Amino acid sequence: MLNYSLRRLAWAFPTLLLLITVAFFMIRVAPGGPFDSEKNLPPEIEQNLNAKYHLDEPLVQQYFRYLGQILRFDFGPSFQYRDWTVNQLIAKGFPVSLSIGALAMLLSFTLGIGIGTIAALRQNSVLDHGLMGYAMLGISIPNFVIAPLLILVISVYWGWLPSGGWEWNWRNMVLPVITLAMPVTAYIARLMRGSMIEVLHSDFIRTARAKGLSEMTVIRRHAMKPALLPVISFMGPALAGLITGSVVIEKIFAIPGIGSFFVQGAMNRDYTLVMGVVIFYGALIILFNFLVDLIYAWLNPRVHYK
Amino acid sequence: MNGAKQQPAVVKDAFAQALDVPQVAGRSLWEDARHRLFKNRAAVFSLGLLLLILVLVIVGPWLIPWDADFTDWDNIYSPPSIATGHYFGTDAVGRDLFVRTLQGGRISLLVGLVATVVSLLIGVTYGAIAGYFGGRIDQVMMRIVDIFYAMPFMFFVILLMVVFGRNIILVFIAIGAINWLDMARIVRGQTLSLKRTEYVEAAVACGATPLQIIARHILPNLMGVVVVYITLTIPQVILVESFLSFLGLGVQEPMTSWGALVNDGSQDMESAPWMLIFPAVFLSITLYCLNYVGDGLRDALDPRDRV
Amino acid sequence: MTFACSKRIWLVMLLSVLVVACGKSTDDDQAPLFSDGDEKAANSLVLRRGNGEEPQTLDPHRATGVPSANILRDLFEGLTTETADGNIIPGAAHRWNISADGLTYTFYLDPLGRWSNGDPVTAGDFVFSLRRSVTPETASVYAGMLAPIKNATEILAGKKMPSALGVSALEEFVLQIHLTSPTAYFLGMLNHSATYPLHQASLRAAKGSFSHPGQLVSNGAYQLTKWAVRSFIELKKNPYYRDADSVGIETVRFYVLPDQSTEIKLFRSGALDWTNDVPIGQYQWLLKNMADELVLSPWMGSYFLGFNLSREPFRGNKALRLALALAVDRDLLTEKVTRFGEQPAYALVPPGSPNYTPQEPEWASWTQAERDIAALEYYAQAGYSEEKPLVVEFRYNTSENHKKVALAVTSMWRQKLGVQSHLINEEWKVFLQNRRHKVLTQVFRAGWISDYNDPVSFLDLLTNISGDNDFAYNNEDFNSLLLQASQERIPLRRRRLLQAAEAIMIADQPLVPLYTYVTKRMVSQRLGGWQHNVMDHHYSRYMYFKNEESEPELEPGNSPAKLAPETTAETTAETNEKTSQVAISEDG
Repeated sequence: MLNYSLRRLAWAFPTLLLLITVAFFMIRVAPGGPFDSEKNLPPEIEQNLNAKYHLDEPLVQQYFRYLGQILRFDFGPSFQYRDWTVNQLIAKGFPVSLSIGALAMLLSFTLGIGIGTIAALRQNSVLDHGLMGYAMLGISIPNFVIAPLLILVISVYWGWLPSGGWEWNWRNMVLPVITLAMPVTAYIARLMRGSMIEVLHSDFIRTARAKGLSEMTVIRRHAMKPALLPVISFMGPALAGLITGSVVIEKIFAIPGIGSFFVQGAMNRDYTLVMGVVIFYGALIILFNFLVDLIYAWLNPRVHYK
Repeated sequence: MNGAKQQPAVVKDAFAQALDVPQVAGRSLWEDARHRLFKNRAAVFSLGLLLLILVLVIVGPWLIPWDADFTDWDNIYSPPSIATGHYFGTDAVGRDLFVRTLQGGRISLLVGLVATVVSLLIGVTYGAIAGYFGGRIDQVMMRIVDIFYAMPFMFFVILLMVVFGRNIILVFIAIGAINWLDMARIVRGQTLSLKRTEYVEAAVACGATPLQIIARHILPNLMGVVVVYITLTIPQVILVESFLSFLGLGVQEPMTSWGALVNDGSQDMESAPWMLIFPAVFLSITLYCLNYVGDGLRDALDPRDRV
Repeated sequence: MTFACSKRIWLVMLLSVLVVACGKSTDDDQAPLFSDGDEKAANSLVLRRGNGEEPQTLDPHRATGVPSANILRDLFEGLTTETADGNIIPGAAHRWNISADGLTYTFYLDPLGRWSNGDPVTAGDFVFSLRRSVTPETASVYAGMLAPIKNATEILAGKKMPSALGVSALEEFVLQIHLTSPTAYFLGMLNHSATYPLHQASLRAAKGSFSHPGQLVSNGAYQLTKWAVRSFIELKKNPYYRDADSVGIETVRFYVLPDQSTEIKLFRSGALDWTNDVPIGQYQWLLKNMADELVLSPWMGSYFLGFNLSREPFRGNKALRLALALAVDRDLLTEKVTRFGEQPAYALVPPGSPNYTPQEPEWASWTQAERDIAALEYYAQAGYSEEKPLVVEFRYNTSENHKKVALAVTSMWRQKLGVQSHLINEEWKVFLQNRRHKVLTQVFRAGWISDYNDPVSFLDLLTNISGDNDFAYNNEDFNSLLLQASQERIPLRRRRLLQAAEAIMIADQPLVPLYTYVTKRMVSQRLGGWQHNVMDHHYSRYMYFKNEESEPELEPGNSPAKLAPETTAETTAETNEKTSQVAISEDG
């Protein structure tokens, strides 16, 4: 097990290297540079700027310089936000993204598992159809429609919660977390329902019931654990979904997380910031997938890693 | 998970094929599935609605008197009205929203379909090869899939759009290139189990080449998974396209898509609600129906679920 | 089980933070999670301004773009400053002398001038700062503006040392600046961030990050207290400011709100007092529901379309350019599409430039029906017809407004002339590059917001030596008229030369002027003291909240006592007239 884990982690390095290489050359190929603006810069000044950020060196040399920096965990200065380094920007943005993302993850898993289980227990009832229809709604309406709608009604008309902006305050988190969690909740509820139905029809549950255990006990002690397995393996894609969703949510709610950095950075040709965010999220996804594997193995006695 | 459950039926069908018996057993599987599907009222209703939308989207633009890029200067930003002939109202430059919505539907559905086919082609080929050959090849190929899984793909799509501009072909390819990973994994699993069946072993013994076996015996048996996968991927792709439109990286004017229209509409949902409501209803209903049909198909092809 | 599992997910997430977060956020924005009562109370005294994008930097010498300029105007004060409605008045210098040849300026600094740490603002500070601004290592984008100062260009090019700059401290509070040529707008330029003073000691002490809260020492009405990146920047009143008594608002927050629909919702829910912009689709709605808070003012900027004259189909085809220019119904465009009271334009220079009349072509006074007829004639003359229509690419950069204008204009061309246009929507940086290369472009959208309130800032675009001549326009007469104007010191003659130049250019039609910009924003009714301003410079220090303790009497910006201190008497009438403001050109 330990051996397996270590091997998995070792693969992180080639993965990251590939990620860095592809992203580095892709952003450099993009037309336009970080210092282009409506006003043409005088050539001397453009030269000064390029020299300052080593943009006048050959691309390959820049690439190796960058790799060297990464080894020292130094993402370099941001081209766009010149008073900050990329490390500082990520350090400021990540706690925000993380708290929104983690809360959304928590909410969607509890809610999704709950809804899915209830729907499975009342399979084909009105309640089941209602819950699943509702879950489907979460999948079928883009969250850039749901978010402004919620803001309009809850914040602008009723004035209950802030319509955007960021303070470290629960009131600013409610709406973004709900909108972010919605599609993921829907997916999990559907997944959970399916796997729960399957488990409930398996032989060992029949045996448990035959022993005369109460339905609650059967669910809690015997059915829940195997039914959760597909949900756990969905955690990886769920994270990717949350990261994508956060780009939308951060824009609509004016939240200073990392997702908005990335899009702005790409538009502004902020090479270092774009790279920083890509690498950071790449590492995060690798780490997260690894942890999901561990959880999966721990929950599923049948899996033995070699 | 799906694959494991499906095995008995698949095996029976495939076995019949291997013995060169006329496809009686195979047809009965599909007939069975069709029968089960048609008993699922939600799925049938969704299918009907989907077909209706499809016909409307394909034929509609020719029937409506307005051109999609015609500017009606006297009716800019006008709400739906029978009198002006703009049944869905008009947008900020006076274009008829009904035509625009149908035209957007063409693009959205096309993006969904093409991207899905792209991911299918890559995914099935890749998965079938990895699963069939197994061993070292399989290990390496799946390791590559693992590596791709760790990529923040949405970011790469955004970068791609930034680098190459808004090109609809590129949207297809980019989205297709993300989605093949799941397909490859599913197909590989299926292939692994199919490979161990007697009829494939028999075919190998008869001297069939790997390519023949994959094409003749393995791929046909993957049909069920593939169909389900298609219906469930199209809505995802449509959503991804709408996400790109939201970032301003979607299709190019005067072309449009449901995602782009919905995004435009959501900017002015209070002052011009019709600009949001009509495209949003089309988009949501389509996604809703696709998901229901997909669910129905899965249940129909997988009798175990319906105990 | 469910719960236990979720708990684990939590832990996993937390763990990943500890492992991956590559630095600790040392920030002050980590307020307790559950507190909002006192936050609200505090907000009523805070001026909350929507400010568009995150400012690129608060280093005044490196700053570009409107968002940073807005904040820097509150933080720093140049030798001159502005009234609330945009007239140049003494700032850090309370009076000055100009030599007879217009080449030597002697500034007498206000002895009350103080940095936010209490140090006096000296002539030495200005010498240090102006030198830093032109030092090549600073890599200042706007350093080129300082070119009129002696040796500035040479220093920038690395040919001379920064100490050679024509700026010297005669006494502790007396500063002298030598120019290479008399510059009509020099006093106005001294209000630009590239000329702001910096506090030498704190700059040295802080090394790279001097512009962070707690390190930035400024000499304006406010000082930097908080910087929550991509969220807001908070300024508090500088108690040492030379005119601190007149500053009403204690705290100002500039919110980063690039998305207009987000911004307007915050305004409507009472979380903002001042927005940077207004969503363009909501004009009718705002007019109906919030007319009192909607503020529109003319702006010193032109919106136009450019032709690339270096390639087909526009090279040497003046008739075609005229046909396209005539066929655009500007009244319809501004009334029905842009809709915020933009003025239809036929000349490049917007109205309102001092001592200048924009040169409109003759057909500006025709009716649109007459123009349409003429357009068709020119179109035929250019060799196109219904059977053989013009096929053209129309480039614009991603923006809701540009998209609407592009659709409307191409629709007019199609409906009137049968032109087939392909719209190409490019992202900003790609668009800029293509425009500059002049290889791909045919028709492209453009806009120009003046650097300083002088027609030259617009006309200079089209000279053969201009770096921004994306039209490849090159007319000998036009070039030589502008060259003559730059050497002309008599206002009336200069005016004639410039007007003649614009008339020549407009007749050639290398571009199609569409309209003059307006600024549009929502302003809370409890906010007073601000005024309409063509340059769109709004200083927080002139603003106050009505019906509240902070300064309810008269509008500070209007107060004649503050507006024109007797000291201005020393400036000559002529320079006063030519004085104009400097803004930052930026257009997205």
